[in-house]
Amino acid sequence: MEDIQLLEAVERYIRGEMKPDERVHFEQLRKTNAEVDQLVVEHTLFIHQMNEVGELRKFISTLNEVHTDLAEKGSINSDKLKGKAKLVYLWKRYKRVATIAATIAGITTITISLLVWSVTPKTEDAVTKLNRKLETQNRKLETQQIHTTNLSKAVNSLTEKVKEIDDKNESPVINYTTGGTGFLIDPKGFLVTNTHVIENARNIAVERPDGKEFRAEVVYIDKARDIAILKITDKKFKSPGAIPYSISKSAVALAAPVFTLGYPGSKVVYGEGYLSSESGYNGDSTSCQVTMTASKGNSGSPILNKNGEVIGVVNGRQSNVNTFVFATHAKYIYSAVEELKKKDTIYHRIKMPSVSTIRTAEREQQVKKIEEFVYIVKVN
Amino acid sequence: MNPDHKEQELLKGLATGDKKAIETIYKDNYNMVQSLVINNNGSAQEAKDIFQEAMIVLLEKARSGNFELNCLIKTYVYSVSRRIWLKRLQQYNRYTNEVDGMLGTVPVEEDVEDYERRDQEFAMMEKAIGSLGEPCKSLIEAFYIQRRNMQDIANQFGYTNADNAKNQKYKCLMRLKKLFFAQYKNGK
Repeated sequence: MEDIQLLEAVERYIRGEMKPDERVHFEQLRKTNAEVDQLVVEHTLFIHQMNEVGELRKFISTLNEVHTDLAEKGSINSDKLKGKAKLVYLWKRYKRVATIAATIAGITTITISLLVWSVTPKTEDAVTKLNRKLETQNRKLETQQIHTTNLSKAVNSLTEKVKEIDDKNESPVINYTTGGTGFLIDPKGFLVTNTHVIENARNIAVERPDGKEFRAEVVYIDKARDIAILKITDKKFKSPGAIPYSISKSAVALAAPVFTLGYPGSKVVYGEGYLSSESGYNGDSTSCQVTMTASKGNSGSPILNKNGEVIGVVNGRQSNVNTFVFATHAKYIYSAVEELKKKDTIYHRIKMPSVSTIRTAEREQQVKKIEEFVYIVKVN
Repeated sequence: MNPDHKEQELLKGLATGDKKAIETIYKDNYNMVQSLVINNNGSAQEAKDIFQEAMIVLLEKARSGNFELNCLIKTYVYSVSRRIWLKRLQQYNRYTNEVDGMLGTVPVEEDVEDYERRDQEFAMMEKAIGSLGEPCKSLIEAFYIQRRNMQDIANQFGYTNADNAKNQKYKCLMRLKKLFFAQYKNGK
């Protein structure tokens, strides 16, 4: 035990955290005790080395980020870039056509999905859906009392009122009611969330961590695996750049440490845990079980391994134990996108991130990067 | 801004970890180093590695504060990359004609040797950390690299209190130091 205290003192001494009188005392001890002196010398070297490692790791991860950024922008002639640059070019060229086609396809999908839903009987299961109720606000239409004493005035105000309503129809204010989490799988605005989050939605919006909200629509639903793909349709939306995490195709080993980011409230929440079972609720092999604390609203959150690879999507929580989370295997995101591609050629341009650029980064750095690509999903 | 002043600003930015400065230096020099490596029997991946190593040497130079601008950043990066690549080719026993020079070079032997020494020490520590195993590795990294406080670490790793985490960290530290210093003393 004494060794621990001595080492602690040495560390405080090296870091300059000692008070002046304590320091004098310690220096005296150093002079008289060769062993202590030896420990200080050795530990100073060690701490210095650790600091170097920390700084170098940080610098290398910055260099890699910069490399990816510049290659993407075409500012450097990196090999990888050619394919991507071409894609960006083609995308810019055919953006209009693609957007129109995506809109039509989206509307068709929703219509078909709604029809399917209306004939599918609802089943109750023991898995509580992690829907979060947002505060409901009722829109009130103000009725204006018009005095008829001045006829022309009344007509004027009526005209204004009509104009106002017209304006409202152009960009309606929608009050969203329930929500979950979603994350980008393609920076062009494709997100993955849970089917049950967007079930029966009339309008869908996603909110970025900075509070910006974008209209989105459902382009694909896999109800059995509780996976849905959303496309941001808002013109305001600009690609946020390369996605730092990758989507993993392979299974994860039991006990592997994992983490998640989600929106149980309006602020993003980080959670850590480990893979506790390779199958999900009632032996369901399409999902796995993760032991971590999850809150309502975590539905649709990505589950990542230590390398920053998405290995699953949170889909529900056993009602009586709230430290288990069930997650759909990430490989089904690939299946969903493959199915989506079969539906329409415009989806052929979806390209999922297959390499994590944050493999070697510190967890804080990983989370900071990932956070920008995890959105709140709101429905109405 | 005159060119000299601009270069000074870039180096200052690099030393203080300003991403914009790093980006500018990267953008202005990468293609040059890439063609150097590729034209001399190297691959694109090797070019990236060599360039990043040269960036580390430049960082060290900028941090030491005595980077006398007797040459441009471009010349320096080129000279360092060329030197490291030549050495690497020799190590791999790969044949090359004399590396062609599209730019003049400045003497950088000492800087490159300093870098190699540091890089070796760095590799020793990484190797030692790597052979620690979990949870020691994460525990040590959280305390010494991410500099997080013990209470925080205790919460994350599920220790009942900071003292327990401290004890565990101490045990891990002893192992790490043993691993590191064994290599370090051999290396010297």
